[in-house]
Amino acid sequence: MARIELKNLAHSYLDRPRDEADYALKEMTHVWEDGGAYALLGPSGCGKTTLLNIISGLLVPTQGQVLFDGRDMTREPPEARNIAQVFQFPVIYDSMSVYDNLAFPLRNRKFQATEVDRRVREVAEMLDLTDRLKRRAENLTADMKQKISLGRGLVRPDVNAILFDEPLTVIDPHMKWLLRGQLKQLHKDFNHTMVYVTHDQTEALTFADKVVVMYEGEVVQIGTPEELFEKPAHTFVGYFIGSPGMNVLDCRLEGRQAWLGEHKLDLLAGHHVPAALGDKVQLGIRPEFVTVTRPEEGLPARLERVDDVGRYRIARLTLNDQAVAAILPEGSELPSDTAGVRFEPSHLHVYMDGHLSEGGA
Amino acid sequence: MERKVNQKAWFLVLPVVLIVCFSALIPLMTVVNYAFQDTFGGNEFFWAGLVWFEDILNSSRFHDALWRQFLFSGLILLIEIPLGVVVALSMPRRGLGVPICLVLMALPLLIPWNVVGTIWQIFGRVDIGLLGWAVNSLGISYNYTTDPLSAWVTVVLMDVWHWTSLVVLLAYAGLRSIPEAYYQAARIDGASRWAVFRHIQLPKIRRVLVIAILLRFMDSFMIYTEPFVVTGGGPGSATSFLSVDLVKIAIGQFDLGRAAAMSIIYFLIILALSWVFYTVMTAKRRDDMEVGQ
Repeated sequence: MARIELKNLAHSYLDRPRDEADYALKEMTHVWEDGGAYALLGPSGCGKTTLLNIISGLLVPTQGQVLFDGRDMTREPPEARNIAQVFQFPVIYDSMSVYDNLAFPLRNRKFQATEVDRRVREVAEMLDLTDRLKRRAENLTADMKQKISLGRGLVRPDVNAILFDEPLTVIDPHMKWLLRGQLKQLHKDFNHTMVYVTHDQTEALTFADKVVVMYEGEVVQIGTPEELFEKPAHTFVGYFIGSPGMNVLDCRLEGRQAWLGEHKLDLLAGHHVPAALGDKVQLGIRPEFVTVTRPEEGLPARLERVDDVGRYRIARLTLNDQAVAAILPEGSELPSDTAGVRFEPSHLHVYMDGHLSEGGA
Repeated sequence: MERKVNQKAWFLVLPVVLIVCFSALIPLMTVVNYAFQDTFGGNEFFWAGLVWFEDILNSSRFHDALWRQFLFSGLILLIEIPLGVVVALSMPRRGLGVPICLVLMALPLLIPWNVVGTIWQIFGRVDIGLLGWAVNSLGISYNYTTDPLSAWVTVVLMDVWHWTSLVVLLAYAGLRSIPEAYYQAARIDGASRWAVFRHIQLPKIRRVLVIAILLRFMDSFMIYTEPFVVTGGGPGSATSFLSVDLVKIAIGQFDLGRAAAMSIIYFLIILALSWVFYTVMTAKRRDDMEVGQ
């Protein structure tokens, strides 16, 4: 178990990176607390796996340092880091039995035979593999194989951290819920530092205490699920998390007033307006905090359609040629074509070039 | 509904049937014809029954050739398969080295058999050949025209030089198809270099190795041209493998009946052995087999 520190870390897959765009991972400095359960969330190709491989030692970063409990590990190979990693697609040793597959990481590290046996049986029990321990691993189904991969990641009792790289991709949905619950439980029981890479927000939000949202090689926000929901630090976090995502509206700022076309919105004292405005000024508000009213009670908008997604209905409106989604409270009356929208001011955020405008920032 | 019988489809397989007839069936039947009959020329045949077969199976000359053949095939498999895998493992996986290595490896395979024989025939000569001259000046007596051991060494070395590349290329293709994640997982699991080979690389190239072994076995079992060019089957009959011997009987002695019978036995041996190799190496292991622990 260890506290993992990333210092000025950046990585490029090119030999001589020239500018920002050549970096798969832009410069970052972060601390991952000992015993934390982190989810790395972001769309495909945003650098999640790169970051994971740098932590586990499969990749040496172009610049910066990786520290475990203050010790510089940047150039240490994976064997020396004592880290477990589970990959997206099943990796099993075909010629071995399920038992030997699970025992492999322990035997390579010269664990006592009795300890090996105890750990293997524990992990097999947890993953429901006990009755298959003696079978050859080669002819099992894909999700069974992935469970073995998962088991190999969990079998070592003394690891500094366990890294999961979208481990449940090949597992069927029902099993996914079960395994995710078990991983969460495991984290509670053993308090390993866990990093879980995924592009599925539900998976990230249910698994992790802290979610690290990545976008184009940058960590845009680290926060609890509530923080990501309440106060997205970047417009990307706003619409990547939440269903439907946050409404992001282009606007014009004049003093403490925001203009959406010819419609005016007063900002609260809590909203920070920097002296130098960014090139792109936007307002963000979650659909949960948008109320659909009669035309004269809010900003005039046109109702396009209503989506019924089962648990609730989503009104799709256009306000000054920009799309706005609003979640309708249960049993609420449907407004007519012309309607008004009201934004709850305390949940309205101002973004400069994508980043949340905050005091002191 | 009434089923309409349509026999026209037979015409569609006719070309294949004709090709197989002319390329395999008719030549084979000609051999069978000679094997069971005797002829003194003039297209006159007399029924001989199993006489030629008994004759061949009881001849010590055939036995000797057969054992030489087994020894030769066994030796070159023992050398070429491990050597090929080792070379494939040490070839670069990316960069400029890849095409260079591949071209170098492919070169021996592109040289015609008799040219390979000629190269080694000259290479091994004690008077003007680099190999023969160098070995002898090191104080080791070597002469493939008079010493059976020298002849064997030359023929085996020549085959290794000519055909190891094939094993290398097959094994290399197999190795290249292993996803990177396997190596990453092995590093995370703390596997040694040997464990990576034993548990990842070897199981993953097993199938191509089966093909390599089969190809090399069948080819080496039928070897003719190279030893014929280098040693002519000698000294004495030290390097007279089955094909060499067969040609001596058929063309040298013009003993067609005996040669035909030998051809059939030879053919059946290759067929049977290939089948055995294939079944043994591709046998699906029993799933509930208890392994390890």
